[in-house]
Amino acid sequence: MSFREILESGKFAVTAEIGPPKGTDIKEMYHHIEVLKGKIDVANVTDNQSAVMRISSLAVSKIVLDNGMEPVLQMTCRDRNRIGLQADLLGASVLGIHNVLCLTGDHVNAGDHKQAKSVYDVESVQLLKIVEGMNNGKDMSGNEMKGATNFYAGAVVTPEAVPLEPQLVKFEKKVKAGAKFFQTQAIYDMEKFKSFMQYAKKFPVKMLAGIVVLKSAGMANFMNKNVPGITVPQELIEELKAAGKEKALETGINIAARHIKQLKDEKICDGVHIMAIGMEDKVPMIMERAGLL
Amino acid sequence: MITGEQKPFDEIWNMVKDFKKVLVFGCNTCVAICHAGGGKEAEILASLLRMRAAQEGVAIEIDHSAVERHCEPEFFQPVMDNVRKYDLVLSTACGVGVNLLSENIGEIPVFPAINTEFFGAVPRSGEFTELCAGCGNCILHLTGGICPIARCSKSLLNGPCGGTNSGSCEVSPDIKCAWVQIYDRLKQLNRLDLMGEIVEAKDWSKAQGPRNFKVKVLEEIKK
Ligand code: SF4
Ligand code: SF4
Repeated sequence: MSFREILESGKFAVTAEIGPPKGTDIKEMYHHIEVLKGKIDVANVTDNQSAVMRISSLAVSKIVLDNGMEPVLQMTCRDRNRIGLQADLLGASVLGIHNVLCLTGDHVNAGDHKQAKSVYDVESVQLLKIVEGMNNGKDMSGNEMKGATNFYAGAVVTPEAVPLEPQLVKFEKKVKAGAKFFQTQAIYDMEKFKSFMQYAKKFPVKMLAGIVVLKSAGMANFMNKNVPGITVPQELIEELKAAGKEKALETGINIAARHIKQLKDEKICDGVHIMAIGMEDKVPMIMERAGLL
Repeated sequence: MITGEQKPFDEIWNMVKDFKKVLVFGCNTCVAICHAGGGKEAEILASLLRMRAAQEGVAIEIDHSAVERHCEPEFFQPVMDNVRKYDLVLSTACGVGVNLLSENIGEIPVFPAINTEFFGAVPRSGEFTELCAGCGNCILHLTGGICPIARCSKSLLNGPCGGTNSGSCEVSPDIKCAWVQIYDRLKQLNRLDLMGEIVEAKDWSKAQGPRNFKVKVLEEIKK
């Protein structure tokens, strides 16, 4: 089943990430693909994540596909103008890549080429509209194309953004612009997420909750302080602390598995998006403990 | 107004050190307000350069003067005979002034002493802030009077990105998130409906140079 079919069938979907490396040595990346293959449903391929220059997401999406896994091509608007984005969308389409996640993209200030000129010719909402147009056989200038694309388009949302209201206005625009699925920023507070889902359920979109494994209480505190839109509740920080240094990661994995299980058992959302960030090896273990394997 | 800041002194020194007769030429309008390029700053810069020349044991004749504007020929034409006596004009005007003077001066180089930055407001004396980027197609009526092109780090048109952080921009806690400000302002004006509308991709052709225009009414009168 394709990603679209999985979500539309109502099966609880699991996605994870493949992060293209900087450089031509892709042994470790192949290893991650092997670890995740057959376990997760699709792999998002990140696009110069955090504005750090790496192998292009399009090239790695094709590698993922050739190795037997369905990719979600992540596309940011930071590095390409509307011509480049559309050209790459057509390229992806003819290479057999049919899922695209439309993002605005972190500012170059976050990355390793801080002096770069940011593009942002268009942004996430407009990119979704471009995809919709191309699915209908037209480029964004309205020119008829020889052969339409057939993308399943998605976007992101931050359910715990502060302030939340402007974020929700943008979320609704993304839905209007053609987003069919959403992958969220990492969430840790199930009650808050449930109330977000009560709101989000009104829209005809599939929602995959973002899961990031907590490696330690320090990491949780760091994220609370430095990562916009992420709040780790105090009780989870206490749980990590109580586990002690040696068992912290183990506890973090259990927390992630527990959350995933709850999201699935209580039918809170349509799936999860596990962002392993260097711990791809642990994803199958998390899934096992969540009762998904 | 147009804002700018003086270039690092060493960079200026390296530009002028091989010339013999240099005029530091100030502009008394915008760049004078930001204390970078008026007659007074030209005078100070000239004396600093003379001191440096003395320290380095280089013989350069360095004078200073200023006019009201470098961006309109009628302001500098009257003094051009004097200006042309030098073998370098170090202009403290904005880049517009440097370009225009350079076009009119003949075989003498005009170098910039300031880095021209943006169209700025002066919310408080001595403070300058960018509020408009001159995009050629104003949408302030849709955004509560707050410009997302100049004031959002990504020039977004449809709302905040995921980096918005308790009112600050992901780029720096010192930058306010323009889209949170727009949201608050539209709410105050009871016009949040405006934010719900999808804004189409911008026509950036209107924001890119070279740009010029003629005032139609004046053209008619000339005819
Ligand atoms: S929308 Fe364009 S013209 Fe209007 S304030 Fe912003 S940059 Fe200036
Ligand atoms: S945080 Fe706000 S101001 Fe900064 S780039 Fe995002 S939307 Fe623009």
